[in-house]
Amino acid sequence: MESAGISVSQTRVSTPSTRSQLLGFNVIWAVALGIGGYALGHWLGSRIGINSRSQTETDTDDVAILMGLAFATLGWLIGLGFFNYPLSRIAGRPATLHEREEHGAWRYLRLCTDHKVVAVQYLVAVLFFFFVAGLNAMFIRTELTSSNATLIPAGNYLTLVGLHGTMMLMMMSAGVLGPLGNYLVPLMIGSRRMAFPRIESLTMWLTVLAGFVLLSAILLGGFPTGWTGYAPLADQARAGIDAYIVSFALIGISLALVGLNMIATVMTLRAPGMHWNRLPIFVWGMVTTSILAVLAAPVLLAALIMVVFDRTVETSFFISSAGGSPFLWDELFWFFGHPEVYILALPGFGIVLEILPVFARKPLWGYRLAVAGMFGVALMSFMVWQHHLFMSGINSDLRPFYMFTTELISIPTGIIFLNGMGTLWKARIRFTVPMLFALAFFFNFLIGGLSGVFLSDVTSDVVTHGSYFVMAHFHYTIMGGLVFALMGGIYFWLPKITGFKLNEKLGKIHFWAMFIFFNLTFFPLFAAGMLGMPRRVSSYNADLHTLNVFVSISAFCLGLSMLIFLGNLVWSIALRRERAESNPWGSKSLEWQLPSPVPVYNFERIPTITSHPYGYGSPEAPAVADFGPRVIAGEGGLA
Amino acid sequence: MSEATVVGTRGGEPRHGVRIAVIWAIATVIVLPLVIWVVGPHIPPGTMSQQTGDQHTVDVALTALATPIVLLIWVYFAYAVTVFRQSGSAIVDGPPITGHRRIEATWLIATSALVLGLAVFGTADLLTTGGAGGGEGPNPVAKPADWRGALQVQVIGQQWLWTFRYPSYGGVETTTLALPVNREIEFHVTSLDVVHSFWAIELGVKADAVLGADNIAFDKPLRTGSFQVRCDELCGLWHGHMNTTGQVMSTSGFTTWIAQQETANAAVTKTLPPYARVYFPTPTRNAS
Amino acid sequence: MVRVRALAVAATLSVLIALVVVYFIFFLESGPPAIAAVVSDGTARLTLQTVPTYGHHPFPDWVSYLAKDASGRWQHTTIFKVPAHAMVDVTIYQYDGASGLRNNFLSAVSGTTGDVEVINGTAQHGINPDNAAHTFTIPDLDVNVPLPGISPNAKNTCSVTPCTVDQAHNTITFSFRAPGPGTYRWQCFVPCGAGSLFGNGGPMQTIGYMSGLIEVS
Repeated sequence: MESAGISVSQTRVSTPSTRSQLLGFNVIWAVALGIGGYALGHWLGSRIGINSRSQTETDTDDVAILMGLAFATLGWLIGLGFFNYPLSRIAGRPATLHEREEHGAWRYLRLCTDHKVVAVQYLVAVLFFFFVAGLNAMFIRTELTSSNATLIPAGNYLTLVGLHGTMMLMMMSAGVLGPLGNYLVPLMIGSRRMAFPRIESLTMWLTVLAGFVLLSAILLGGFPTGWTGYAPLADQARAGIDAYIVSFALIGISLALVGLNMIATVMTLRAPGMHWNRLPIFVWGMVTTSILAVLAAPVLLAALIMVVFDRTVETSFFISSAGGSPFLWDELFWFFGHPEVYILALPGFGIVLEILPVFARKPLWGYRLAVAGMFGVALMSFMVWQHHLFMSGINSDLRPFYMFTTELISIPTGIIFLNGMGTLWKARIRFTVPMLFALAFFFNFLIGGLSGVFLSDVTSDVVTHGSYFVMAHFHYTIMGGLVFALMGGIYFWLPKITGFKLNEKLGKIHFWAMFIFFNLTFFPLFAAGMLGMPRRVSSYNADLHTLNVFVSISAFCLGLSMLIFLGNLVWSIALRRERAESNPWGSKSLEWQLPSPVPVYNFERIPTITSHPYGYGSPEAPAVADFGPRVIAGEGGLA
Repeated sequence: MSEATVVGTRGGEPRHGVRIAVIWAIATVIVLPLVIWVVGPHIPPGTMSQQTGDQHTVDVALTALATPIVLLIWVYFAYAVTVFRQSGSAIVDGPPITGHRRIEATWLIATSALVLGLAVFGTADLLTTGGAGGGEGPNPVAKPADWRGALQVQVIGQQWLWTFRYPSYGGVETTTLALPVNREIEFHVTSLDVVHSFWAIELGVKADAVLGADNIAFDKPLRTGSFQVRCDELCGLWHGHMNTTGQVMSTSGFTTWIAQQETANAAVTKTLPPYARVYFPTPTRNAS
Repeated sequence: MVRVRALAVAATLSVLIALVVVYFIFFLESGPPAIAAVVSDGTARLTLQTVPTYGHHPFPDWVSYLAKDASGRWQHTTIFKVPAHAMVDVTIYQYDGASGLRNNFLSAVSGTTGDVEVINGTAQHGINPDNAAHTFTIPDLDVNVPLPGISPNAKNTCSVTPCTVDQAHNTITFSFRAPGPGTYRWQCFVPCGAGSLFGNGGPMQTIGYMSGLIEVS
């Protein structure tokens, strides 16, 4: 492709006028065409007239709503300009990356093929929806301060629970792949771009759309199923579940594509000399996550389509009295659902193992073992999903088998602890904010992982399945693991991405507040679960009242600590804007050898990789890459 | 050159590994007995039934197993962040250690052995406790020794109420769950609409209620008293309010109670469909 | 320049906070109002009606309960307030046709005075399960009153609320003793629920239609 590498001479002299920016393809048009598309689709859907119960008896036409959302998606994508390139190619115009703009704030509001812009867009979107979902969690904890009275009406409470869970899961699935993966992987492998830049932008804008579609469930009466969308309930639910279905389907598509893009990039765009054993562990984390995303997301999509059919054309995939079975949803959903939680966990491993060597000033200990561990987790995550169904009445011969595979997966998961411990052995640790988050990861994930053992043992699972113990377990692994790692990654890489320093003192306050209140919020929930509090309830045994009030107060403080983080971001990036050096942490990794923020073209010349990025401790170790003009004859790659 | 007078030093350089091991050993010796004998008895779910007794044993065992592991990680990390820190603002590199074959192999072997042991323990426990109170589907593999004489109780979940049928007493249906003490109970859990989950908390029974499925769980109450029944699978609007209180009664008390139920409900029992392991509602109405 | 950016930040924050407040008030706290039972000589009276189609926005086709407030007007709500330990006399005007119970067990009356309901003047212990149009059930108090449907051949049926007594209906009365203070949920157990392949759709899962609360103070 002739313009795959943008040469330095192509800098724009002037940016287009505001008027032409407004009239061009951007998010404003996307919203307008999206709303218009919804109206058109809704009208078309109501005209289809299949006279099914869903059209005639609910007073909310599910066919019309689903068609409306489908057309809204089309309108959204047309408005952003995603159809322009395919249509121009069909018309015979040459291949190009002409949406790769170099200046101006407007490129953040539309389709931009610069992977760094997409990553920043992703970061803003993920953080926005993270805070929305977190706000919902605060409302949930407010309701739970009373053991019986319904402060928030019961139906709205269930929608809150569903919104919190679904939005968090949806956003955090690509929560690292999107922002940090898209930004860093090309830089770490010595490339100027991702393999499919337009698809990369597509996945980002689909994620934004999915978030708003999910929020629109509020206007449709909410949905009662929680994020797991269990099927017979989903079939009978009110129209809000259509918003859940469409948003989750969009995320499924987005996940599969972002994974595909990541794998193709790492396989084909590595710089000369980037052998597999020189790849940063973060990239390995992205690759293994992507494998899971590509393989698991389509199963979710299939299951959601079945629910759509049950709700609109009166099929009975999940209704036993008409030939279907609720177990079908259980199986399909959890076949996706379990790899999904490893999609959430693996990026955390990647970030933490990438940060640790920099602040321990030692090479990553057990690199090959770490990679093997990540692949082990990825492979085995497809063999454990029945542990969500131990009490469901599955064939009881299967339970010992899945107990075994679930316990087996703790072996590769445990390897990361060995890596961490080995890296810290005789290290020279500097306690910067990213390092604090990385260390907290180990503390939290230990508790989360060990509580998983209680859930994997079937006998113990009889007590804990479906209770607040499970809640505590996955909050420890996902929030204590992934979110802490993501925070660490943001503090670590934001100076590279924006060129501005984040306030260290605010960062430390944020860390300690978040760490302390996170543990105070979620550790008591293990007890709540074992004492008999099921999930997703707004009324519980009065004996658990004090415990719940304590947890709620801690949760409010946890929310305040997140506001400190937000305040730090706004203060440092928008207001204070203190310039950061290009390598404030003294890292030997490839992305830190570039200026901050990274220029549009990434590398003046594609470097030749000469070493892995963990060359600490040996003064004669080669630098990670040679940026000189020499290109090794016979090796491929872009130059 | 005898500088090795201080424990854990050799040639001036402290032997961190030995120190960590010693601290860990001391911590384990102190904490583990506390966990097993002081905290252990308070770990839920109590001992009201044979199954909760089994669950309690397993929970204590797992906690006891987890304790040294947690202590190892905590001691190691605490030691590392205290001893291996870089003071001041200078950035100094540590030694270029990239791995150690023997430690990696030992770790893998140890964790594999632990996991295998856990799996064997879990399977054996499941089989010897008759399924430990969990729902095993229509063909349970793990049955308690006295399953042949079990009292069959059907638990019907519907949105949003639990009802109970006693097939050996004419299929009478009640909204209260009463059970005789010291008798094996064979619960048949099913649903009339969406997926619910029958959780008799103090009895340690948990089984999903699925329409068209007969989910069997075994339980043997050992003491009289009341127990909570809650729904453990999100089933819609009143999922959190689908609660009831069950009673474990003496054998004679139960006989009296069930006889009262049969007479009081005689008229409505005639209108019920015959007792079946599953019921298939025709769309929007009856279970039959 | 910093001033402009600071203003922009402040403006964005205010918009976001306003959105949160709107979210809370208009969505989270949205629901029907509570009405108090009419109390005289220590007895609380509740007058309700069950209708086949609500007839008004937003869900004209949904079945619904309505309740009479203290001034005698029919309100679209299912949240009732009764005093603690009072005897509650309930009158229900039932305007809907039958669709049958899913669990026939609930065709028997329980929890009321004498375990009877008075249907059109005759005291009964239960009804034919196939003839049930709705139930009034308070599971936590073990109160269950099945409501029989109007004849399928009835003329002058009601289709827009509030229904009036000249339209085809059954009149059911019963009494129960209110418990101590607390909030108790109640619901209908006939899963006709509209729009779902096997019942329990829309109105069944929405407070204000076929499900509600009894607030005892």
